[in-house]
Amino acid sequence: MKIAVPVKFVPDLVEELTIDPGGTALDTSWLRLIINEFDDHAVEQAILLKERVGGQVIVAMAEAEGADDFLFASAAKGADQLIRLTGDFSSSNNHALARALADLLKELKPDLILTGVQAHNDLDGSIGPLLAEYLGLPYVGYVAGLTAAADMVTVRKEYAGGLIAEMEVKLPAVLGIQAAEQPPRYVAYSKIRQVMSTAKIEERAVASLDLSGGITISRMFQPEVTERATMMGGSPEEVADKVIEIFKELGTL
Amino acid sequence: MDQDIFVVIEHLRGQIADVSYVMLAGARQLTQDTGGKVMAVLLGHNAQGLANSLAADGVLYIDHPALAEFNSDAYQIALASMIKERSPRLVIFGHSSIGMDIASGLSAKLGIPVVNSCRTFTADGKFVSQICGGKIMAEGDLPTPTALITMVPGGYKSEQGQSTQSATMTAASTPALDGIRIRLKQYIEPDTSDLDIARETMLVSVGRGIQNKDNIELANELAEALGCAVSASRPVVDQGWMPTTRLVGKSGKRVKPKIYLALGISGAPEHVEGMSDSQVIIAVNTDPNAPIYNIARYGTTVDMFDLLPVLTDKIKQAR
Ligand SMILES: Cc1cc2nc3c(=O)[nH]c(=O)nc-3n(C[C@H](O)[C@H](O)[C@H](O)COP(=O)(O)OP(=O)(O)OC[C@H]3O[C@@H](n4cnc5c(N)ncnc54)[C@H](O)[C@@H]3O)c2cc1C
Ligand SMILES: Nc1ncnc2c1ncn2[C@@H]1O[C@H](COP(=O)(O)O)[C@@H](O)[C@H]1O
Repeated sequence: MKIAVPVKFVPDLVEELTIDPGGTALDTSWLRLIINEFDDHAVEQAILLKERVGGQVIVAMAEAEGADDFLFASAAKGADQLIRLTGDFSSSNNHALARALADLLKELKPDLILTGVQAHNDLDGSIGPLLAEYLGLPYVGYVAGLTAAADMVTVRKEYAGGLIAEMEVKLPAVLGIQAAEQPPRYVAYSKIRQVMSTAKIEERAVASLDLSGGITISRMFQPEVTERATMMGGSPEEVADKVIEIFKELGTL
Repeated sequence: MDQDIFVVIEHLRGQIADVSYVMLAGARQLTQDTGGKVMAVLLGHNAQGLANSLAADGVLYIDHPALAEFNSDAYQIALASMIKERSPRLVIFGHSSIGMDIASGLSAKLGIPVVNSCRTFTADGKFVSQICGGKIMAEGDLPTPTALITMVPGGYKSEQGQSTQSATMTAASTPALDGIRIRLKQYIEPDTSDLDIARETMLVSVGRGIQNKDNIELANELAEALGCAVSASRPVVDQGWMPTTRLVGKSGKRVKPKIYLALGISGAPEHVEGMSDSQVIIAVNTDPNAPIYNIARYGTTVDMFDLLPVLTDKIKQAR
């Protein structure tokens, strides 16, 4: 089974985010980027599938600082083909990206495309279902675990409250991964170093992006907070005493 | 240009999902400002009864066996035909396991822009969406003439989307629902072997800030001293540090204890969705800008690893 996993970096939410002077986008000058958590799960799920049924895993990502490291780490985990997309993505939108990725995937002809269920930093649609439509394939998202047969996969789709729907999806298909069956594996840096000397990253230029179909943001801002928490300062001992006060006040201690 | 707003009703196994009412409430607010009717769109099979509680000006219903359960292929075919035929001003979906499977695909299929994660509409007809885990809001004009929206909860009260008077039902035309590539095999019920965190009056809840599985013990000790249960955010469960039964949020349980002690939880919208009804939220998070402080009553930026042993000891003494 040939499995393609397009992945992306997103802003690390632990860092402070600021709006750029234009007021319609994040200020990227100090932005720390990390792999979209769900993409990490998508790569893990792809490798788990490969280990079970055989095949190849392709990981593709737009060029960015740290992107090659992620690609090599994926290879160390078991990915077979690494692709770096080059081009100007700065003014791009998801429709444009999905069309560009669809062109690449038409060439690669995977049986299965796994995307992350979502990335938290953009608004005009999700790449998974957009790709599915541009490729004429079915899409199921919120997937946590799947098994593969010759011409279909059986996926576990999550609904609210812990309800799971087991669905059969004809291949080829696009799935939005919420969680892999097991936590993304850890690879030692020594192993990544080893892979770096043998694995190759293929470069694919994304020529011109067709920007139609996107949306326009006129203002970005930090949410105004109506009620902030009452902050408890002091040493851990002092804070503990205050917390105990609250417990007592509420009759829970 | 038609001003009507369509709301795609989400339902599973005979139950309307709460986000449907939130969407109806949002649509109602917008029509009051900009005109038009609120039309609930109900896809199902023998599901007319579900229309009873919907606060809408009308219900467009498609009845077909292929729509008996949610199926992104069948839903997209049915909705594409309806949207083409009726050209509404907006079509609102939940930003959920149902809506997110179909809204973007329809956007590409129909060439209609889609706006994700919309939380509210402004009086002059703009969308306000939340991104970056609730840390950033993005605003813009609703694309014309038609736009698709996925909506997150939190901006409108679901009670305002509920009604006791049933709206007029109109049967909409049904396109041929063939070429379906997805089939529901079965539902798997949530695990009930563990305790039900939704019934607990106090929860010690751990997030990614706990760092590893061994540290969960610190939360267990505190919970034991308090005589309550431990719950968790999604990354903690996805890492296998806690069982799924303890998950709070969009994909887990909705809890409303008297006290929710959030340890190393950032307060992402998907988490908040499951615990914002708690009576008192106490947050322990080293990041003073963490969104959790926007909903917590009390907070402290003291490192939880410094606080937990002290707090557990003091509680043991207080007992
Ligand atoms: C479709 C979908 C469904 C989802 N469903 C759910 C769901 O049901 N439930 C859920 O929880 N999430 C859900 N999520 C994930 C959600 O978006 C967030 O990623 C998640 O809630 C973050 O968990 P967290 O707060 O534990 O981790 P993080 O966001 O990583 O936050 C960790 C926090 O710990 C703090 N911290 C670190 N060290 C310390 C320390 N020593 N002391 C104190 N504080 C510290 C940090 O400042 C940080 O704020 C879902 C996401 C998607 C896309
Ligand atoms: N620029 C990109 N390059 C490759 N894959 C992407 C890109 N943007 C999004 N994706 C994939 O689509 C998923 C959903 O992202 P999004 O549509 O941005 O919410 C991600 O988790 C990735 O798997």
